[in-house]
Amino acid sequence: MPVTPETPKWPVIQGIGVDGFLITFNDSLTEAANRAALAFRAALDGAGLCGVEETSTSLASVYLRFDLRAVDHETLRAALAALLQQADWYAAPLPTGRKLWRVPAVFGTALAPQLKEAASLAGLSPDQAIAEFCAHPLRVQAIGFAPGQPYLGQLPPQWDIPRQTGLTPRVPEGALAVAIRQMVLFSVSTPTGWRHVGQTALRLFQPDQPDPFILRPGDEVQLVPVTRAEFENIRQSDALGGATSQAVA
Amino acid sequence: MIREIVVHRAGPGVTIQDMGRAGWLAQGLSRGGAADRLALAEGATLLNQPDDLAAIEIAGSFLGLEASTPTRIALTGAPMRALCNGDPLAWQSSHALQAGARLELSGSAGGYSYVHFGGGIAADVILGARSAHLAAGLGQMLEAQDKLALGADSGGRVGMTFTPLPRFDGGTLRLVETPQTRLFSQAERTRFTQTPFRKDARANRMGQRLVAEGAGFGTDGGLSILSETIVAGDVQITGDGAPFVLLSECQTTGGYPRIGTVLPCDLPRLVQAPANASLRFTFVPLPEAAALERLEAARRDALRSKLRPLIRNPHDMPDLLAYQLVSGMTRGDELEGPST
Repeated sequence: MPVTPETPKWPVIQGIGVDGFLITFNDSLTEAANRAALAFRAALDGAGLCGVEETSTSLASVYLRFDLRAVDHETLRAALAALLQQADWYAAPLPTGRKLWRVPAVFGTALAPQLKEAASLAGLSPDQAIAEFCAHPLRVQAIGFAPGQPYLGQLPPQWDIPRQTGLTPRVPEGALAVAIRQMVLFSVSTPTGWRHVGQTALRLFQPDQPDPFILRPGDEVQLVPVTRAEFENIRQSDALGGATSQAVA
Repeated sequence: MIREIVVHRAGPGVTIQDMGRAGWLAQGLSRGGAADRLALAEGATLLNQPDDLAAIEIAGSFLGLEASTPTRIALTGAPMRALCNGDPLAWQSSHALQAGARLELSGSAGGYSYVHFGGGIAADVILGARSAHLAAGLGQMLEAQDKLALGADSGGRVGMTFTPLPRFDGGTLRLVETPQTRLFSQAERTRFTQTPFRKDARANRMGQRLVAEGAGFGTDGGLSILSETIVAGDVQITGDGAPFVLLSECQTTGGYPRIGTVLPCDLPRLVQAPANASLRFTFVPLPEAAALERLEAARRDALRSKLRPLIRNPHDMPDLLAYQLVSGMTRGDELEGPST
């Protein structure tokens, strides 16, 4: 079934900062808009437009930064508009070279104290919640906020739970937290408004390694529930925390 | 002998900084680097060396160090009281330290101060830069007993000074609109530009919260914004209605509405404002902002032409008395600078 822009309004090109553009494919997260953003960024990198210095994606948009001394806004905006015309980005396939990661996680316990609270907000028991987190692989929809940190989705509609109003002062690296039908797997220890429901021993940002970033947008993450005792063993094993990967595309 | 610096004492927020790591945004790593990149460029100019070398950033605290060998230094950014073996050194200037010289820096009024070394600090390069990025867990704050190796110094003249771009007393920060600016009503945007702000004591290299008298700022209705790329200079309005200006070490994506983005050339004015200084915002059209950035880039390229010798014949200095009084850091006989 062909997927076309969800409204005639999209995509839009907007200035961001003094030296950037944001190309937005939708104002809410959809599968098509997410794929469009990934595909358009790849095309943008391939196009080698004059003055473009850096590109990135977030959930449904592409950002680019350019050298103000190499190109002006009007010229670059026109080039971006022309590139947007070249394909139906919403129908683009996911990137190639994707991996499926199996990541052991302990849910609940003192390591992840908000499982019960989050499950209750979704109208589920803790066991039902764990079953839903682990039922299918979750897609890496974006990398952002902190180095190598994925937004994983999409969970079933009952997980459209809000962030808590107050901040949890600190969750540890490897924490799994849930809100708005997504999970975040934290790559650094940080304050958060997302509820901490699981804990992994996966280090997503390893700056001392040749490739410091473990996950890429489009990768899939299958969470595998383990007991606290199993987790403590895994934690000693390696920086990947028992995670394994295989190619999916 | 190994060219190195030994840290004798270091207050909080003393880190190694350079121009940061551009190019990792897609992997969730913000550029980081010096809070005041202009000060880095100024130090590089004073020492006649590339501006991508690493220096020490002091976030309003203190630092004491010793040079193992003769070392050229430059002092830029927020002025501090600088003593070399007990003798005052002029800020915004380059100097020569003798082997074993003790440098003591204190008395910051706030903001970010920089010590540059001939050859730069030869810290490990991680992902293309030497700067500490504390939020990402790269590098750490300096501590007493740390030893910092220096790179090879191509050498050059010291005892040079210049007049820095004014930015140490608050003032007006220019903004461009963001895709979310229009989510704030015209009345709210007008009130925002008419409100004097001060820096909140809570600040770090990720961002600066601002405070003001009166009600906080907000959008109409409970808008939820899909998380998207954010850039340094973005002014987020967080839940409590206070503006939060994102700085070099900020997160790479966010979902709070942003009322505007501070021009990169005005960020030094924000980060260098003392705690009690008044800050205001004004919107400028994008073409004007782009022109201002191009002008600033050209001005930085020409910094070298603004250098003048610190050592001046008093007969050539009609402003001698004012110079001493204003700087507050030199005695008359110190205008000779350290002996080389």
